[in-house]
Amino acid sequence: MSSEKQTNPEIRMETLGLTVTYNKTVQGVKGVSMPMYNNKVTAFIGPSGCGKTTFLRSLNRMHDLLPEAEVEGKALLDGEDIYDPRIDPVVIRRKIGMVFQKPTPFPTRSIYDNVAAGLQLVGIKKKDVLDGVVERALRDAALWDEVKDRLRSPGGSLSGGQQQRLSIARALAVEPEVILMDEPTSSLDPMSTTKIEELIQELKKQVTIVIVTHNMQQAQRVSDYTAFFYVGELVEFSPTSVLFNNPTEERTKEYLQGAFS
Amino acid sequence: MNLQLRYARDRVMLIGIVGLTLLVVVPLFLIIGYVIVNGIGGLNWNFFTQELGSPSRAMLGRPTGLVAAIVGTIIIDLIALAFALPFGIASGIMMSEYPEHPFTPVSRIMVSTLNGMPAVLMGLMAYALVVKNTGGFSALAGSVALAFVMTPIIARSTESVLRITPWSLREVGLSLGLPRWKVTLSLVLPAARPGIVTGVLIAFARAAGEAAPLMLTSFGNNFLTFNVRSPMDTLPQRLYSLAISPYKEWHAMGWGGAIILLLFVMITFFVGRVVVDRMEKRALGLQAMDKPKKN
Ligand SMILES: Nc1ncnc2c1ncn2[C@@H]1O[C@H](COP(=O)(O)OP(=O)(O)O)[C@@H](O)[C@H]1O
Ligand SMILES: [Mg+2]
Repeated sequence: MSSEKQTNPEIRMETLGLTVTYNKTVQGVKGVSMPMYNNKVTAFIGPSGCGKTTFLRSLNRMHDLLPEAEVEGKALLDGEDIYDPRIDPVVIRRKIGMVFQKPTPFPTRSIYDNVAAGLQLVGIKKKDVLDGVVERALRDAALWDEVKDRLRSPGGSLSGGQQQRLSIARALAVEPEVILMDEPTSSLDPMSTTKIEELIQELKKQVTIVIVTHNMQQAQRVSDYTAFFYVGELVEFSPTSVLFNNPTEERTKEYLQGAFS
Repeated sequence: MNLQLRYARDRVMLIGIVGLTLLVVVPLFLIIGYVIVNGIGGLNWNFFTQELGSPSRAMLGRPTGLVAAIVGTIIIDLIALAFALPFGIASGIMMSEYPEHPFTPVSRIMVSTLNGMPAVLMGLMAYALVVKNTGGFSALAGSVALAFVMTPIIARSTESVLRITPWSLREVGLSLGLPRWKVTLSLVLPAARPGIVTGVLIAFARAAGEAAPLMLTSFGNNFLTFNVRSPMDTLPQRLYSLAISPYKEWHAMGWGGAIILLLFVMITFFVGRVVVDRMEKRALGLQAMDKPKKN
């Protein structure tokens, strides 16, 4: 990374004074403004309960599903506010995919139909099209070789690590521009974790990735930029190596020392 | 010492539970046994193939049977199910998935009202709505009355089953860029299917045993008919009228009819159980786990 030329990367997403309030009282995140760069991995770190998930979910309008959550401020995708009333959240979510903390295969669907779900359910039925998408998504998620002979078995028959890669493949199949991942390896064993970290390095060639992690080493291993959150506020946002080796904020230093000692 | 005390308490509890269970189960078996003992003698080929006709048929030993009531029950109950299913499932979905929708409180009130309403009133409602307006008793009116019985049960059970399907299903669906209704219909509903089917079966069986709503609607018919616009016989209503008739031959037929009604409900549950088990197995991916691949 240090050998790269210091050209300014292109901004893919950007928030401006983004605030999420739960039940009109609890502020999950407070006035966060930060960029997420194109084809880079941005990590969110911070102690639990500091608003990482809340912030991540505001980036693809996931809070629409929760009547108790209210979002203020802007979140731009390619310069366009995704909270603009004229914008259809369905279109936004198609461009901004999500991978959840726990693997979430559709239990009644086969591996194939899990990956194809996003396309099948909007009416794409052509077998050759779906076959191509499924294979590519599974290859991109580094799962193809393990499942190519059992595409018809239920998604629930895979191991936890495989299920999480299946979830990634499913998100990739609809060709999003950005993928949001909320602690995607927190329920996985070290082997599966390594696989997914390697996968992220491959994927960032095609998509912009935002990843929440409570694991500092993981943030250092996978991310280009890191944002440190503390009780709902964005304390510091820097290139990952800068944030970990030479943080500007006192609170970041304290947190890193506490976390590493 | 202490351990022995615990064992003793354990045993007392167990005996209590078994005793109470027996208290519930024994009367049930007594009733079933009583019905079978009294009714089995009346069951013969004619019973299933002949119309009831006038009382003289039974008294003179001429062929008579309950085919009209058996066929009628199947027709009326299935049509009732067809009426109740869309409304019941739709209100269940509204109550569970769209709590903030303005129509939801309306649907909730209707469901609770119907749920608490005695079945006779369902009959009266169908009488006022259908019989009055179409100019006579009919199988269709009976189906409407039974649909009133089924709908709130289906709605309630659908709502509670949907509520226990994992929340993540909805989030994943939305995150794939699917519209909300698509997520509900294509992802949430299929995941809840075994539970929904169970609820529907309970509603069906419950309605199948109701006589009161049918008295003022499908009314009854001593002869076989397939015309849903005419009065039609059903087992529960026929059992009632056989039982209060002054003819002991008809009383005997009533017991036979009771066995058929019992069988009807039991077969419903049995078939339902098998179907639901299959669905659940599929949902859990057990088929694949039963026979794991070598690699
Ligand atoms: N649905 C919700 N309703 C009310 N409060 C919530 C909800 N979700 C999260 N919160 C609160 O918002 C704050 C941030 O939570 P979260 O974003 O989950 O933190 P993190 O992901 O960093 O652990 C916490 O105080 C949490 O209790
Ligand atoms: Mg979190």
